[in-house]
Amino acid sequence: MVCPAPLTQRDRIVLGHGSGGRLSAELLRDVFLPLFSNPVLDRMDDQAIVEIGGSRVAFTTDSFVVQPLFFPGGDIGSLAVHGTINDLAMGGARPLFLSAGFILEEGFSTEALRRIAASMAEAAAAAGVSIVTGDTKVVERGKGDGVFINTTGIGIVPEGVRLSASQARPGDRVILSGAIGDHGIAILAKREGLEFETEILSDSAALHELVERMLLAAPAGAVRCLRDPTRGGVSSALNEIALQSRVSIQIEESNIPVRDDVRGACELLGLDPLYVANEGKLLAIVAPEAADEIVAAMRLDPRGAEAAIIGSVGNESAGMVTMRTAFGSTRIVDMLAGEQLPRIC
Amino acid sequence: MKYVDEYRDPKIALAVAGEIRRKVTRPWVLMEVCGGQTHTLMRYGIDELLPPDIEMVHGPGCPVCVTPLEMVDRAIRIASLPGVIFTSYGDMLRVPGSESDLFQAKAQGADVRVVYSPMDALKIARANPNRKVVFFGVGFETTAPANGMAVWRARCEGLTNFSMLVSHVLVPPAMRLILSSPANRVQGFIAPGHVCTVMGYREYEDLVAEFHVPMVVGGFEPLDLLESISMLVSQLEEGHAEVENQYARSVNSEGNLPAQNILREVFEVSDRQWRGIGPIAGSGYRLRDEYADFDAERVFDVGESHAAEPKECISALVLQGLKKPVDCPAFGKRCTPMTPLGAPMVSAEGACAAYYQYRRHATAIA
Repeated sequence: MVCPAPLTQRDRIVLGHGSGGRLSAELLRDVFLPLFSNPVLDRMDDQAIVEIGGSRVAFTTDSFVVQPLFFPGGDIGSLAVHGTINDLAMGGARPLFLSAGFILEEGFSTEALRRIAASMAEAAAAAGVSIVTGDTKVVERGKGDGVFINTTGIGIVPEGVRLSASQARPGDRVILSGAIGDHGIAILAKREGLEFETEILSDSAALHELVERMLLAAPAGAVRCLRDPTRGGVSSALNEIALQSRVSIQIEESNIPVRDDVRGACELLGLDPLYVANEGKLLAIVAPEAADEIVAAMRLDPRGAEAAIIGSVGNESAGMVTMRTAFGSTRIVDMLAGEQLPRIC
Repeated sequence: MKYVDEYRDPKIALAVAGEIRRKVTRPWVLMEVCGGQTHTLMRYGIDELLPPDIEMVHGPGCPVCVTPLEMVDRAIRIASLPGVIFTSYGDMLRVPGSESDLFQAKAQGADVRVVYSPMDALKIARANPNRKVVFFGVGFETTAPANGMAVWRARCEGLTNFSMLVSHVLVPPAMRLILSSPANRVQGFIAPGHVCTVMGYREYEDLVAEFHVPMVVGGFEPLDLLESISMLVSQLEEGHAEVENQYARSVNSEGNLPAQNILREVFEVSDRQWRGIGPIAGSGYRLRDEYADFDAERVFDVGESHAAEPKECISALVLQGLKKPVDCPAFGKRCTPMTPLGAPMVSAEGACAAYYQYRRHATAIA
């Protein structure tokens, strides 16, 4: 659940500013966008798409500060590779090159760093991208948290592919590629020492091949928009699309897959899976007539095996995301107000 | 998922809703006392399944909501003292005091940590003998035993660097206040299942005897609520009033006796201020004198503070079931979860926040 909401107009940064929800959006709106504004940035997609020498180049950057550094199903290294690849893939781009910047804390284990680097190398090789440049800085003990990683990526957007969160139209369908909440719960379970019968694994994975299948399966223009619901979860990603496209989105609760153990952990911790982070899932807004074909194509890929249509785009109350519950009633799915915190009762 | 899905079965829910519809012959106003129940009603849209004759009003049972502004201010002041590690359940961190919240205090350098149990605060105290570790003990009878246990353990272990800022409140005195009000509209109560798991339901039998209103001790899942409503409607339509136990898988009449023992050992009943309602006599717990060394209000001298609630806020009326959140002119405009004017908008389990989070569309369209 979204818990007590914060005071706004803060004069200090609070953790919620990094949650990917409403406070993050406010920080962008109030601090960065007015100063950096330009047509590419103002599109507010997960990646910038710029034309260079006749090619459309996708360009994105992401920083990784996850704790614990090693978690079931991945580590900060593989996550840093997958996260940036996915930001490129959500623009329809074929990812090509990555940079890797490391901020290391004095005293950090070289062996752990070697494991993280090996994991990055493996993830990059598996995804067919190369890490072609990088940087290393060391900060004093106590001024970092072991290791922070920044990755920047570039890729090429194929001819005819134009995806943007502002392109959803009434009548379009919403597709989700698989069960939600795995990454956030894997991290939280490890952090809090919660143990389940079977370990919950992060879903961290590169999604560009899945995206390629989707684009091939659909006629040009049928895929309007892709988003990977990372921080802030499915709810924040859908709210962003609804706002940017000035449409409403309605989803069906019973169509949204959540693994039983993830649901159990959410029940225990008082969290709503719709707000929990994913690192290997995508949401797609697609033309209604192409939706079934796209879902069928996604299901051929292991990362889209549970793909399903979970809702549709409408034109009443623009900017609002609602969900039809299993009981047939309708409720709002709001953007995360701050950090999702466990409730006390 | 076992123990969850069977209480959320839409087919059974619709069947119970149909049963309620067949039984009702005239309007009834019912109150679910606990914020967790309010949350379920809104989240699953249970109230939309009910016949129009059944009006649900929402009770004061959200501990975060009713924690007074002054207590949050006191918490922030203690947290900001040098050498203090301030620990709390997560959802108290964002609750605004009169000027700031614990998140802000943390951003300004206070060592504020989220814990999942007061026992985790004890662990922190053992690991940091040179720091003073304070736990924010908030909640109803539900969370009080674990908090009491932490204080008891701290004393047994001879820990000298652990204390608790106690802001515990009790449900029956608040229900008595609602029932005694000349303006009261509530004709039947869903009593709080988790509170009764600890305390049993003898106290509620006393209330029924005194005020002759039906009460059903109810759970928190959609079917729990529908079944509780159905049981209340039967009592009302048949004209009798007693305590029934819908939540029998968790509650018995005596409650959890070891938990009650620890409560008696560590706490004594005291008057408490309720945010949005005001002072209620005998409506809370404070630490007994034997445990004064563990009472953060006595360990730290943070002085008195008086903070006024915004005048526009109608939360006193909302928390007593006299008004609905949407009756407030500030609702969703000047008062939102990001900028709450009053208690029920503060926590997700508050009635105003639940309406805002799940039902804004209905009011926006209307």
